Amino acid sequence: MADIQYSWPDRDSSKVIGGRQIRLDGMAKSTGAAKYAYDINLKNMLVARALGSPHAHCTIKSIDSAQAEKVPGVVHVHVLDHAKPGREIRWQGELLVIVAAETEAAAMEGVSKLRVEYEPLEVFVDEFNLEAAKKAGRTSKDGGKVQLEKEPGDDEDEATFADKELERLFKQSAHVVEGFYGIDAITHCCLEPHGATVYWDNDQLIAYLSTQNVSGTDEGFANDLKIPADKIEVRCQYVGGGFGSKFAPDYWGTAAARIAKATGRPVKLMLSRDQEFKLGGNRPSAYLKVRLGADKDGVVTVWDSDHWSSPGADGPGVPQGVIPYVFAPKNYRRAVTKVTTNNGPARAWRAPNHPQGCAITQTAYDDMAARMGISSYDLFLKNLGTDDSPGVAGAKPSVYAAEMEIAARLIDWKAKWHPHGKGARRGDIVDGLGMSLHTWGGGGHESTCTVKIHPDGGVESFCGTQDIGSGTRTVCAMVLAETFGLGVDAIRINYGSSRFPVSGPSGGSTTVGGVSESHRRAGQEALAKICEMVAEKLGVPAAELIADDGRIKARGDAKKSVAWKEACAMLGMKPLEVTATFRPSRNKSPLSDTKVGGVQMAHVEVDTRTGLIRMRKFVAVQDMGLIINRRLAESQIYGAVIMGIAYSLFEQRISDPASGAFLNADMSKYNLCRLGDIGEIVVEMYEPESERSRGVIGLGEPPVIGPGAAISNAVCNALGFRVPVLPLTPQRVLEAIKNNAGRA
Amino acid sequence: MSRKRVVSATINGDLVEFLCEPRQTLLEVLRNVLELTGAKEGCSNGNCGACTVLMNGRPVVSCLVLAMEAEGAEIRTIEGVACGSHLDEVQQAFLQGAALQCGICTPGFIMQTEALLAENPQPSEDEIRFYLAGNLCRCTGYDKIVRAVQSAAAQRQQASHSTQATR
Repeated sequence: MADIQYSWPDRDSSKVIGGRQIRLDGMAKSTGAAKYAYDINLKNMLVARALGSPHAHCTIKSIDSAQAEKVPGVVHVHVLDHAKPGREIRWQGELLVIVAAETEAAAMEGVSKLRVEYEPLEVFVDEFNLEAAKKAGRTSKDGGKVQLEKEPGDDEDEATFADKELERLFKQSAHVVEGFYGIDAITHCCLEPHGATVYWDNDQLIAYLSTQNVSGTDEGFANDLKIPADKIEVRCQYVGGGFGSKFAPDYWGTAAARIAKATGRPVKLMLSRDQEFKLGGNRPSAYLKVRLGADKDGVVTVWDSDHWSSPGADGPGVPQGVIPYVFAPKNYRRAVTKVTTNNGPARAWRAPNHPQGCAITQTAYDDMAARMGISSYDLFLKNLGTDDSPGVAGAKPSVYAAEMEIAARLIDWKAKWHPHGKGARRGDIVDGLGMSLHTWGGGGHESTCTVKIHPDGGVESFCGTQDIGSGTRTVCAMVLAETFGLGVDAIRINYGSSRFPVSGPSGGSTTVGGVSESHRRAGQEALAKICEMVAEKLGVPAAELIADDGRIKARGDAKKSVAWKEACAMLGMKPLEVTATFRPSRNKSPLSDTKVGGVQMAHVEVDTRTGLIRMRKFVAVQDMGLIINRRLAESQIYGAVIMGIAYSLFEQRISDPASGAFLNADMSKYNLCRLGDIGEIVVEMYEPESERSRGVIGLGEPPVIGPGAAISNAVCNALGFRVPVLPLTPQRVLEAIKNNAGRA
Repeated sequence: MSRKRVVSATINGDLVEFLCEPRQTLLEVLRNVLELTGAKEGCSNGNCGACTVLMNGRPVVSCLVLAMEAEGAEIRTIEGVACGSHLDEVQQAFLQGAALQCGICTPGFIMQTEALLAENPQPSEDEIRFYLAGNLCRCTGYDKIVRAVQSAAAQRQQASHSTQATR
């Protein structure tokens, strides 16, 4: 068989790819039939609940579970290793003891009877306050980078040279801005909390886990439980939100497995809502002080910043690599300080670090436009550079420029923009426009898929991937339907089990790229084998055969064809199985690519009396290479934008500086967007042939990056001064108005 | 632990008797006793709307209703909306309009929409946003949800006009 040339059909000949197929799991989801991990109820199952530490920082002196064990219905009490006497607990909510019982009520009563003695320790949670963090010994240097066009002499000290050179560049600058910008920590707040329902079938562990990583979490269980990974099956058909926080079994998952082993019964352990807020993941905060200088045209030529970031008790903060964001001035110095606190440890949050980088730096660029009295649009455009000499990282300047033009048209930038703070007032209301640029990788992850073609014409695939809501199942079915010239309903997609061929975790917008690669490759290889069989019958070379409209046809001669079922019947008694793997490499794949760019614009109204911000319109223009499913791609962008509006205006983790307690770990106090908060949203997918021909690129994350900067810039345009830290709560808006008295 | 009581209620058209403790919520009984897991537990304090069901035609967050309060009531859950594989207009509009992603909030939104359209068959966009403001979507599909509700309302109106015209 000749080597297969992997490819996508062109735009005009695509029958399925690029269409608006409705999602295949929609029926199950809209009828309540879809079973998430926390919907799995097994016969004889125990329900487990856990006690979390009330203290943000303490040592455990003793644990007495005697009374808990006496509660009717309580079957098992499990003290976690990290909670044994003498151990240090570093954040509030850390689970200490798990109680498994016949009912949830009994488990909760058991938890309430646990007696734990704590030795409280000094607490620090004020990550906003760098001086206090330094005083408390909670800071550490976390990298930095200096890049200057001029190089120091051989005998010159690099740091001293940088100081002098930066000063020289600032003196030379036509315009200089100094500013402070920030973005608070938020939580993932998945509506289905973290957790699992598990049972043992002899020595095999079956775990229904709420996970973004079906193929990788069996290893996680194996490592923790010290058993071979081939004794574990992780299952997950539906996930009620993950956003980067559900890649591991977590210690509570393995604890459930231990309890199930000890009791010989299935166990369900899901975090409570309060625990989900405290343990289920959060996005690091970031605060930045910067000085930037621009030439007379507004091109930023020098950047000097210090920022600090807190991932809570553990994990990485926002790195220097995203500072400034997208824009790449020729001279810069950037330094990072990490602040360690007694807040729960951060986890990856949709487009890790990019939303923060964007929010704390493209606001500074916007302030430069304000200083110069020019439109942010013009300043951003001037800083793009050209494709031959880019002033930006990620997507090409020409892509950003084209997207800016589209976005500006959709939001009517020219007619609605006014110089910062100079718009018309309507009573207490002022309005403004702001924009931002973003980029993301989104290259497909490693993925293996087995395609099975049955002699009766049935087609199914097996892939250890998962569908976190982005539409993986639908995308896989569309790829195979296109490949075999069949309808989407004719394809059965099997996923959501670690027993299937390995596929990567759904993080980094890598899933659609990965699974479309593996499915297309396996599909094209399987089709080639079918065509070889049919070639002899039709007397046409296999290379001249195509699959279309339920038939295998000679290209250009429709009379020479056989029905798909007839072709498959030639397999005899045995189905055909083909397995293909996609491994990302430096070599460009013909099916997928990496790096996208997007432009977002916001139009807001600010009530200067109440400090309330109202979204009027938000425009998102997004490049994503080749679009598999237009309907689902749109959903991803809408969703990301709305999530972005939430963290720009509402979401905020509030910790009590005295006790370290997470004060709003409750849906009634942790504000998220509601239907009335989002205004009009316009989504435009940028898919010219130049970008489509690059192949598939992931989309889940890029559109969530820009709303912070775009909305902050719009508010600044409305008021004429910056509300420096996101979320832009009414309190912060009013404080900024007070600090800029007379300017609003 | 208090003694369990027997509660009788009509659930999705069927008369059902179940045993529950006085402290158990309707949500807990639906999910853990009756295996109706379509209503989801998002927050347990009435702030996310994921557990919305209809009780005597009114939408309630079932995490804040005691199971014993369901005595004699008519309860409708997401499992009782479709007729076999035939989706009703609201479900169909959510599906067609891509108004769902991870889907965990979808049953709650659909039940709240059923209540809205029963009360107000032609809601304005503002009325939709107001009536559904108690339901949270984290993914988030709000824009498409509003469009789906508008589409479902239009479909129902059209169906109702067709029925009247054929009479």
